[in-house]
Amino acid sequence: MFRRLLDTPQRAVTVTIDGCTVEARLGDSVAAALLAAGTRPTRASPVGGAPRAPYCMMGVCFECLVTIDGVGNRQSCLIPVAEGMAIETQTERREAGR
Amino acid sequence: MTQTRTRTDYDVAVVGGGLLGSAIAWGLARLGEKVAVLDEGDRATRASRGNFALVWVQSKGLGMPEYAGWTVRSSNDYAAFVDELERETGIAVSHERPGGFHLALSEEELEARALQMKRLHNQTGIVQYETEILDAAEVKRMLPDIGPQVVGGSYCPLDGHVNSQQLLRAFHIGLHHNDAHYLPGYRVEAIDRTAGMFALRTPLGDVHAAKVVLAAGNANQRLAPLVGLRAPMRPERGQIIVTERVQPFLKHPVVTVRQTNEGSIMIGDSKEDSTDDRGMSMNINATMADRAVRMFPRLANLNVVRTWSAIRVMTEDGFPIYEQSHTHPGAFVACCHSGVTLAAVHAMTLPSMIAEGVLDPALVGAFTARRFDVSTPA
Repeated sequence: MFRRLLDTPQRAVTVTIDGCTVEARLGDSVAAALLAAGTRPTRASPVGGAPRAPYCMMGVCFECLVTIDGVGNRQSCLIPVAEGMAIETQTERREAGR
Repeated sequence: MTQTRTRTDYDVAVVGGGLLGSAIAWGLARLGEKVAVLDEGDRATRASRGNFALVWVQSKGLGMPEYAGWTVRSSNDYAAFVDELERETGIAVSHERPGGFHLALSEEELEARALQMKRLHNQTGIVQYETEILDAAEVKRMLPDIGPQVVGGSYCPLDGHVNSQQLLRAFHIGLHHNDAHYLPGYRVEAIDRTAGMFALRTPLGDVHAAKVVLAAGNANQRLAPLVGLRAPMRPERGQIIVTERVQPFLKHPVVTVRQTNEGSIMIGDSKEDSTDDRGMSMNINATMADRAVRMFPRLANLNVVRTWSAIRVMTEDGFPIYEQSHTHPGAFVACCHSGVTLAAVHAMTLPSMIAEGVLDPALVGAFTARRFDVSTPA
């Protein structure tokens, strides 16, 4: 669904999404990398279990929450990708302390 | 937007658009009264937007047993009241009454709690209701996620909680449905009375009404003397921490920790003598978070998404005040700390008394402001 506007000169960054190696671009937010990789949904809402994906891309809607390097519920639209980053979707309803 | 500036005469002007004023105004409007609600702007302290949202019975009324009775009445009336409000407005306010806990993290805390409950329930004339002191194993059966430092707690099946933001929103939609006028920015500066009508002077114009209900929280201290009443207040600051949303696991609210219907964990209930809600004490937040994690170790790795401080409405002795002025009949004052807990009686019981012009002494006589006169030197 999403494709990059133009070939950016930014260098490639390798991350994993749910264990699969994916190429992103330096300067991508994690949310942008997820959308570019076609990953959807990226989480389930914790109470109702509804599928969700990045939406506002500017830090206000909290729809884009994922686990990054083992820390859950991070706002992926506010965090730049980094080489070797482990990104995990939260498609199971998030539990406290699990 | 245009301001309502018509020279309308209202049956009742309610001063204060928070939970207390909105509840009374909604109740009055449903009785057919023509109601105006005068509210301040966004710079007001707005206790109704900062609260912890418990509908709480246990521990209320030590020093005034009638307050326990009034609280139990509201708790018992809450489900029917919420049904009415939700049916009329279509807003779900997520009220639940699963029973609530006060948890102790040491034997000393548990003994102090047990003693307090005993003193509360030993008072002459106090309403009878179920409440018990439980040991850690008994608590764990109902709250399986407690940590090893919890030694026990008190439990009361009447305790519950609600989504207080949706409650306030529902009241305001209900006001609109019942043709009440909500007037924001109408800060009352003076109140005059001529020919049986009150004229409320505000920067945006005068509002005229046959009756006035002062429900302006801590500002009642300033407003009550304008109509010959007293409302001695003692505001407090409280702080709240809110975590990210997680799968529901806390089935019962604890007085300092609860999980909202949306999955967030709220941690709160600090008390400070301050009227500045623009800052907070980080050491208090640290203590609140530490105690919450000792109660529920699963909370340890949750992300905090918000914290705030808010000013509590508190009368000088902590108990409600409901009073009609002797010098200005038709002018009422209503003050209380627990605008959430008492919402059912404020919406369903108090309005008919105000509409009829007589506060029922059997129900609210104990809450007269004259109780403060005894300590005043002659």
